[in-house]
Amino acid sequence: MFSEEKLNKVKEIIARYPQGKQKSALLPVLHLAQEEFGGWLSAETMDYVASLLQITPIEVYEVATFYSMFNMKPVGKHVFEVCHTGPCMLRGSDNIIDYIKKKLNIGVGETTQDGLFTLKTVECLGACGYAPMMQLGKHFREHLTPEKVDEIINECRAKAN
Amino acid sequence: MGRKLLFDKAHIENIRYYDVYRANGGYDSAEKALKSMTPELVLEEVKKSGLRGRGGAGFPTGLKWSFIAKPEGVPRYLVCNADESEPGTFKDRYLMEFLPHLLIEGLLISSYTLGANSCYIYIRGEYAWIPDILEEAIADAKKNGWLGKNIQGSGFDLEIYVQRGAGAYICGEETALIESLEGKRGNPRIKPPFPAVKGLWDCPTVVNNVETLATVVPILRIGGEEYAKYGIGKSTGTKLISACGNINKPGVYEIEMNISVEEFIYSEEYCGGIANGKRLKACIPGGSSVPILPANLLLKTAKGEPRMMTYESLSDGGFATGTMLGSGGFIVLDEDQCIVKNTLTFARFYHHESCGQCSPCREGTGWMERVLKNIEKGKGKMSDIDLLWDIQRKIEGNTICPLGDAAAWPVAAAIRHFRDEFEWHVLNPEESQVRNFGLAHYADPLEIAAPAAV
Repeated sequence: MFSEEKLNKVKEIIARYPQGKQKSALLPVLHLAQEEFGGWLSAETMDYVASLLQITPIEVYEVATFYSMFNMKPVGKHVFEVCHTGPCMLRGSDNIIDYIKKKLNIGVGETTQDGLFTLKTVECLGACGYAPMMQLGKHFREHLTPEKVDEIINECRAKAN
Repeated sequence: MGRKLLFDKAHIENIRYYDVYRANGGYDSAEKALKSMTPELVLEEVKKSGLRGRGGAGFPTGLKWSFIAKPEGVPRYLVCNADESEPGTFKDRYLMEFLPHLLIEGLLISSYTLGANSCYIYIRGEYAWIPDILEEAIADAKKNGWLGKNIQGSGFDLEIYVQRGAGAYICGEETALIESLEGKRGNPRIKPPFPAVKGLWDCPTVVNNVETLATVVPILRIGGEEYAKYGIGKSTGTKLISACGNINKPGVYEIEMNISVEEFIYSEEYCGGIANGKRLKACIPGGSSVPILPANLLLKTAKGEPRMMTYESLSDGGFATGTMLGSGGFIVLDEDQCIVKNTLTFARFYHHESCGQCSPCREGTGWMERVLKNIEKGKGKMSDIDLLWDIQRKIEGNTICPLGDAAAWPVAAAIRHFRDEFEWHVLNPEESQVRNFGLAHYADPLEIAAPAAV
């Protein structure tokens, strides 16, 4: 269940659309729900969103599974989403991915045993001029080098402690 | 220095904040439109400017606006396409991050022209920090009377809302974007009806790219006729180019559409040449979907003329020897890059991003990815190259939306111009795993490197 504050936010989002078009709020509300409920969307969470927007659960499932930013299973506290499309590949994203794999001892799509890190490869994020890069939470980390990756890992660990 | 119309004030400190933007002539164009021009007059100026859609298709903006249906009592909508997702393209991001008020002013003028009282900015979900910047700018514009009711006493009302997508390239296609904005999967609609007649919530809607809408501001400032004097022929004005890959100075550049490709790549003002002293092998000048060209065909057309950074010159020769300006996502490959690998990443991209509605695209993109992966890993057969050619031909033109074409073209162009590199991979399965084909003859003068007909 959302807090009072989040429920007000949902109301504010719904007010952006004409009367009766509250389904348009689905993507923004799913973003909100994913942030609020542990970084992924469980069936319970999706059903809850459906009830908030007065739409059927299937309308939520079909949308949630379509968009790559919605996680359908639990992920680590920090998700490294490393771009590996052409422009990043040209600037060495493969090496960065290999380095992270070794450093965290996980494969792509896996989470470390302590639940701290998940590694994902993603398609173009629109930072091609600042490659190689990854998304970490709300922000981009650009011009990645092994040293920068080390710093990011340390920073995430420090946050966890 | 090339003349600038969008970035002319980008160097001013804090230009992203309202007060600084306003103090430097910001909202003057909007004021002019609202106080002294009818919507019809603004439309005339945009038509005169020759502005063409900056998202990739290059369709004349004034003409697109003139198609909007105006049934009595039905709201009209302007939707700003900020779903920038074509690999190689990151120009709109720069505009929104650093010049948010330029976009908002453009949205205000455009909405006024179209008679839209609500405008939605649909921004790709991964640009997660930018909605905060835009929303702050919207709030400041509203506080200063540029949004809300009866704007500057004109009687015109406008609200702008920011909506985040959630990771789907296809939502850059205008009807998929509308579906997504309605809270659905991003499945493109069959056209007609076009959004100008039946768009968002079945109401008349115009969808334009961020850069297109921002460009309306300088057009009103200097006038459509004056704007049309920038550039060459039908490529009027300036264009934002996001340059990336193996160059010395990747970044977003505003160019007047009258410079050569050679100048853009090698001058210090722009890309500053190829990185690490390497040589140019190939380039994809308009985002990943446009045909890749080898260096020789990139710098000069098949006629031997210098290739210019214009819609017409880049597409000179059609797909046989030309490419497209597209979104301006300019991807440069140096002599050490592998064309097969590069093509594979794009095939994987389009496979990942296919919405799955049309079978040629849903099945074909995955098939191309698998075949390319085999060739890249040294497990390909000679017949795979012809198979790839065959698959891409069966995707192109056979889908509801242009994603099918976008997936087919990079594969087609790679085979068309670099077939011997593909063959080398097949014939040298072990060697291809330890070294690249290299520059080969791709930078040789044209008469030697004329592309083989496939």
